[in-house]
Amino acid sequence: MLEVRDLHVSIGDVEILKGVNLLVKPSEVHAIMGPNGSGKSTLANVLAGHPSYVVTSGEVLLEEENILAMLPENRARAGLFLCFQHPTEVPGVRLDHFMRAGFNSIQRSKGLEEMDVLKFDRFLNEKVGIVEMDRNLTKRSVNEGFSGGEKKRNEILQMAVFEPKLAVLDEPDSGLDVDALRIVAQGINQLKRPDNAVILITHYQRILDYVVPDKVHVIIDGRIVKSGDKNLALEIEDKGYDDFENSRKSL
Amino acid sequence: MTQRSAPQEQSYLAALESFEQNSYANDPSWAHDLRKAAMIRFQSLGFPTARRGNEEWKYTDVGPIAKTTFQSLDATVLPRVDAADVKGASVGEAGWSQLVFVNGSYARELSSVSSLPAGVMAVNLAEAMRSTPDLIQEHLAQYADYEINAFTALNTAFIHEGAFVHIPDDVLVEEPIRLLFLSTSQDEESVSHSRVLIVVGKNSKATIIDGYGGISDGRYFSNAVTEIVVGAGSRVEYYKVQQQSDRAFHITTTDVVLGRDSYFSSINIDLGGKLVRNNLNVLTQDEGSSCMLNGLYLVNGTQHVDNQIIIDHAKPYTSSRELYKGILDGKSRSVFHGSIIVREGAVKVNANQVDKNLLLSDQAEADTKPAFWIYCDDVKCGHGAACGQMDENALFYLRSRGIDEKTARGLLTRAFVGEVIQSISNEPLRGQIDGLVQAKLQEWLGS
Repeated sequence: MLEVRDLHVSIGDVEILKGVNLLVKPSEVHAIMGPNGSGKSTLANVLAGHPSYVVTSGEVLLEEENILAMLPENRARAGLFLCFQHPTEVPGVRLDHFMRAGFNSIQRSKGLEEMDVLKFDRFLNEKVGIVEMDRNLTKRSVNEGFSGGEKKRNEILQMAVFEPKLAVLDEPDSGLDVDALRIVAQGINQLKRPDNAVILITHYQRILDYVVPDKVHVIIDGRIVKSGDKNLALEIEDKGYDDFENSRKSL
Repeated sequence: MTQRSAPQEQSYLAALESFEQNSYANDPSWAHDLRKAAMIRFQSLGFPTARRGNEEWKYTDVGPIAKTTFQSLDATVLPRVDAADVKGASVGEAGWSQLVFVNGSYARELSSVSSLPAGVMAVNLAEAMRSTPDLIQEHLAQYADYEINAFTALNTAFIHEGAFVHIPDDVLVEEPIRLLFLSTSQDEESVSHSRVLIVVGKNSKATIIDGYGGISDGRYFSNAVTEIVVGAGSRVEYYKVQQQSDRAFHITTTDVVLGRDSYFSSINIDLGGKLVRNNLNVLTQDEGSSCMLNGLYLVNGTQHVDNQIIIDHAKPYTSSRELYKGILDGKSRSVFHGSIIVREGAVKVNANQVDKNLLLSDQAEADTKPAFWIYCDDVKCGHGAACGQMDENALFYLRSRGIDEKTARGLLTRAFVGEVIQSISNEPLRGQIDGLVQAKLQEWLGS
């Protein structure tokens, strides 16, 4: 599904990712865990094609196709979805209109039928249930005045609408209370299929109680320093990142 | 010390002297006196210059107007303008009343005044000077001060034809009344001095749409003055839609006086003109009055639009809301200068001012200058200004959902103007203005 090979990324003169390797197969959930400033969000943004980051070397293959040369919109059309850590407010653009515009442009790129307003409305009615979101929220400007939890639920709603092959979730759990966390996690679980995959980036283990990962990777200072199964997350919960950071420094 | 005025300024005097002998001859004597006094004042003021210390004109150079000898057109030489021209330039529903003026002169055959409630007048000002002289004399040139503003003085010096709208007490006029001022300029560069007086009594309601446009794409000078009196408890919605030629000079001065518990809204849409200056002065003359002043300007090329707004909160419990937004492309320039005055004793005033500009080009420039003069403690005043390129994070967010860059830019640009367009409460008008704005943006963005 996704293969990342020796990915190096910089912002300005500062190298953030220093050779990341990752292999994600269909149906898998990979958790990427790391402390602040380790490069977690950079990885997410680079995969989605954020223009502020410069890839200095490496490859990213989505279903065997190198996506690094692709525009962000073409990556979305190829089946990649980024769930933003801090979803942007877009005043004046209605959420449902925005989602339909994105949905139809993806359909168009695949030569599939577009949805008119009524059809998309019904489609959206089914999807909002997944994240227990108030349908009225979709008639408001994108993320404008949304609470932290509403923004995160909105991201998962969009994941449900776009049905990506690969969803990259950048800290979908940050800023969520226990109820909101459960709703978001259940949403993610409902959207799991044998033919798609999830990369879940998080600082904390708690969301992994709900979304059980197949693989857990620890990222420190721009490199994946350890990979393992779900027990690795519990180890981090227990001991924190200090051991990993110290072991790196002692190298 | 007196300075001999320039030959261009002298030409206005010569035109006035000629008009006084001809088309103005039958006006009442006070009108002659008013024009004479205003012309004397104009000659002594001269056109403003962007000299040091002249804050009001610092960013807007009217030199090209001062240096051009514009031809003053007599009402007797009406150019050929037909119903199709009027239809193309007007906004609103075809059935709504409309007074049409060509180069400042009333075009009766192109106008239609229908189904106005009893007592409501929408007439040619020159006729009203004779038919209802007391009413006109009580209000005309009483609010737009020609002592301080050269353009108002020049306009007042040619006061003759124009629009007079009178809504008596306790009348709800549901259908908008439209005024349309067209300029033509084929061979020679012409000037017109459009004049509007709107007097609304107590507890009444009216919607006025003031349209400005050009029949040719020529270089002409439109110098308009509008005075609006809103009586106690009344509600007036005023729209100004400016679609002048891209080579035109368009100067407007609008003075508004608000009575007790009255409400006034102004939505100013600037889509054309080479050099545009809008002065909007609102005086909350009595307690409890409020206003909403919104505006939208779309400029590109070398267009220049300057909005100068003064809200004078003279009385307690008055409020104002200002929201101006501009989209600038090319080497265009915009100026927003919003002054809010709160007089001594005007407690509980609530004033808020926002000006936001979206720059689509590196060479466009927007200047925003808020000024607050507050002489009372117990008030709530706020302002916000923003000026910049498109939000790159929003752009990325849209693109990450499969929307291509061009479409995303179009969506964000339209969203930016949406706020002002949504504030147009009249539905058919909102749809039309939205259409005009979208068409212009489509032309610029190509999407």
